[in-house]
Amino acid sequence: MSYRGYEAVIGIEIHVQLSTQSKIFSADSTSFEAGDNENTSPISVGMPGSLPVVNKKAVEYSIKTGLALGCDIRRKSVFARKNYFYPDLPKGYQISQYDQPLCENGSVTFKVDGVEKTVSITRAHMEEDAGKSNHHGDYTLINYNRAGIPLLEVVSGPDIRSPAEAAEYARTIRQIVRYLDVCDGNLEEGSLRCDCNVSVRKMGDPNFGTKVEIKNINSFRFVEKAIEFEIERQIDAVERGEKIIQETRLWDPDKNRTFSMRTKEDAQDYRYFPDPDLLPLTVSEAMIEQYRKELPELPIARAKRFQEEHALPEYDATVLTTEKDLADYYEETAKESNNFKASSNWVMTEILRELKEANKSIKDSPVRPKQLGQMIAMIDKGAISGKIAKTVFQEMWQTGKEPAVIVKEKGLVQISDPGAIEKIVEEVLAANTKNVEEYKLGKKAVFGFFVGAVMKASKGQANPELVNKILQEKLK
Amino acid sequence: MDLTFASISDIAEAVQNKKVSAKEVAEHFAKRIATLDEKLNSFTTKNDQAIKDAEALDTRIAKGENVGPLAGVPFGIKEMFCTKGLKTTAGSKILENFVPPYDATVVARLKAAGIVVMGKLNQDEFAMGSSNETSFHGPTKNPWKLDCVPGGSSGGSAAAQAARLVAGTLGTDTGGSIRQPASFCGIVGVKPTYGRVSRYGIIAYASSLDQAGPMVSSVKDAALTMEVISGFDSFDSTTTQRPVPAWSKNLKSDVKGMKIGLMKEYMSGSLHPDVQKTVENSIETLKKMGAEIVEVSVPMSEFAVPVYYLIAASEASSNLARYDGVKYGHRAEFKNLSAVELETFYGKTRGEGFGKEVKRRIMLGTYCLSSGYYDAYYNKAGQVRRLIMNEYLEAFKKCDVILSPVTTAPAFKIGERISDPLTMYLNDIFTTSTNLAGLPGMSVPFGLSQENLPIGIQLTASHFEEQKMLDVAFALESASPVKGKNPHVI
Repeated sequence: MSYRGYEAVIGIEIHVQLSTQSKIFSADSTSFEAGDNENTSPISVGMPGSLPVVNKKAVEYSIKTGLALGCDIRRKSVFARKNYFYPDLPKGYQISQYDQPLCENGSVTFKVDGVEKTVSITRAHMEEDAGKSNHHGDYTLINYNRAGIPLLEVVSGPDIRSPAEAAEYARTIRQIVRYLDVCDGNLEEGSLRCDCNVSVRKMGDPNFGTKVEIKNINSFRFVEKAIEFEIERQIDAVERGEKIIQETRLWDPDKNRTFSMRTKEDAQDYRYFPDPDLLPLTVSEAMIEQYRKELPELPIARAKRFQEEHALPEYDATVLTTEKDLADYYEETAKESNNFKASSNWVMTEILRELKEANKSIKDSPVRPKQLGQMIAMIDKGAISGKIAKTVFQEMWQTGKEPAVIVKEKGLVQISDPGAIEKIVEEVLAANTKNVEEYKLGKKAVFGFFVGAVMKASKGQANPELVNKILQEKLK
Repeated sequence: MDLTFASISDIAEAVQNKKVSAKEVAEHFAKRIATLDEKLNSFTTKNDQAIKDAEALDTRIAKGENVGPLAGVPFGIKEMFCTKGLKTTAGSKILENFVPPYDATVVARLKAAGIVVMGKLNQDEFAMGSSNETSFHGPTKNPWKLDCVPGGSSGGSAAAQAARLVAGTLGTDTGGSIRQPASFCGIVGVKPTYGRVSRYGIIAYASSLDQAGPMVSSVKDAALTMEVISGFDSFDSTTTQRPVPAWSKNLKSDVKGMKIGLMKEYMSGSLHPDVQKTVENSIETLKKMGAEIVEVSVPMSEFAVPVYYLIAASEASSNLARYDGVKYGHRAEFKNLSAVELETFYGKTRGEGFGKEVKRRIMLGTYCLSSGYYDAYYNKAGQVRRLIMNEYLEAFKKCDVILSPVTTAPAFKIGERISDPLTMYLNDIFTTSTNLAGLPGMSVPFGLSQENLPIGIQLTASHFEEQKMLDVAFALESASPVKGKNPHVI
């Protein structure tokens, strides 16, 4: 995409917080609700003599993510120390992976405005989080609950060319880690943090421009806005003949702009070296095969299957696979109803609308997929009309009762007995002789009035198709 | 029973059989510490609870409980080990008032085996030194000659043990810090194979080299103590899953047919004549006992000292970064802290907290790890380290145990070398390569200099072959010309 004759080159680093019960190198809890410094032990605050031991679950989650991103998994990766001083870094170094990361050379494919885009994944490496500094005017308090939280840093290649692509890339990564159930993807709680590297160059220029890093953006909308701002800012600067300074910037959501945090002159020499307290992380073939087998069907493959096997339109398939739980819900409904498109319609309209209004997640839906499927099957069998179904659905949503029970209790069964309908039709026609005459004189519009009257008389339970058919016969 | 000279196993047995109470033992040694340590400065912190701890043990024994194989044995613990509720400074001002909320795994294991902690023992600051002169608590003196150093960094442990202020001590060895002071003070000191003993709770100096071990009065006591402290620890990923052998039970002084390697490189240097003579005597003794002497060579050991200092300093520069005045330990005073820049805060705190030698090594290590220098120094040192290990593995195809001097000369005078770090570093010439290769090594007393200073013999074995090394030491001990000789100070 061209911006005033320039092209944007964007790469994104996403810190994925792995949703393990304990920290990456200690048994300390990772719960978000804990009180200040409650989730700490001598290990996570780096007390003298304490040593790290790798959390197996964090390794499993990292490998699964790597596999889902099509990465090669290193059979022997190495934890390194990244040395720097900051009060919220308890040991004076962060344990991370440096020249031998666990996952490398993957890619992810997604669609932006209907066009397919593939972004390469350079690497995904394991590391520990630091604590959190809380600045209060002239003093600072530090909460080490975050120190040692396991992170997987997913680093993309410089393949992204627009803010929309950047946001969609980030959404796709979030979608994948949520599918894998290795991260809750909660941006507000910092479970997913995006750093964007942005540079601009003249269209066609093979060389990269100087890149600027925008750190810690906490929403996908801001990713888009921050990059948009940054592209314009950098082009303006280049056009004015200024040099772009390699620096780290932050996004100010109130002012809709990025601002400088530190320049490269302040850049640290991290003095990386292999952590002598941790042996190289070795991963066996058996482990990889095991984890590969445990991988769920990923969103893109699942959407494709829904289109092929369920004959769903692309739009439906995409919406239904945005989240694993939603796709599971749809699939269970469809299995019960045996009507794919009707199941898709009900889930996408009624269920999603009610959930949104009630601010609930699909997992908490009071209507279970099996119940919804049964109800759809009842429509197909003619047991209830589409209109009655709406009433049944509302009742299910309120009470959680089985659809058959609701229909029975409320007497909502559709009348499909032609004799019974004929009787009602005859009664209606007898009571409206004037209208019958008008109809016979050619005022065909009155037909609708008869249908309405029959439905009313049957309390909406008459099978509308039969009503139509019988009315037409009687009015001949 | 003469408690002062009793072995660890004798004390444990007597306490277990109620021939003597743990309390009496603790009182006996507490009295010795109170009257003799003034001369030595080997203790930094005395455990006020020691007698009570011993009484608690007696109560448990009275109830018929088995309190462990080291029941009631009074121990002194090097400052480097974290001890719950007992000050642990690593000999540094920066940890001046640090009281750990937990025990190092080895301390926990010794306590579970029934020892009574009598107190903490002096050491070079963060174990950086070979003379015990870099300690924030002042130098420890050699009980054989008070104007001499006890060696280092575990000098406090060596001095306290040699003067029999306790029945056993723990030391740590990064480049010879157990073996060299053991040699200088005439006791037995063992550095086990790297990974044999947990490092959890031991204040880190150089993580890939540090290993804890016993510093005691006999080979059997060493074997007994090793059995208690060794073995896998889920808190230290570098510990081995291998089972712990029954070293003390298997101990034998029969070396007939054993092949003792003499390292060509060790014998060609300029040795003090008394050390030379002690080594020759030990070889003759082993020959007479039926051992075969073979020459082996580890040519790369020539580079052991520089390689050791590059690796140790690099790791130390990182390990010591946590002492920043934020969470515990020393914090520099500022008139208005809120107006102070972070870097100034760190600079002043660390500037005040660390001593000269520690600063020297932090600077050296930081330089070695800096981008642009990493490949030339740290990385290259790692490669040479690998070569040294490979050469050792070749050498051990020809022999069971390698015999060598521990140091070039007996203990030197306090103040003699402290201003000359390079000479001081060369103290470690015979000991560092063992740590670089991760091998077990030990010092066993076998001679006295003309000035009546002890001289030890160093034995090194292949990985996890501690038994062979202990057996040779046991044989030498049985024939040692210094057997039963003790420093005049006691």
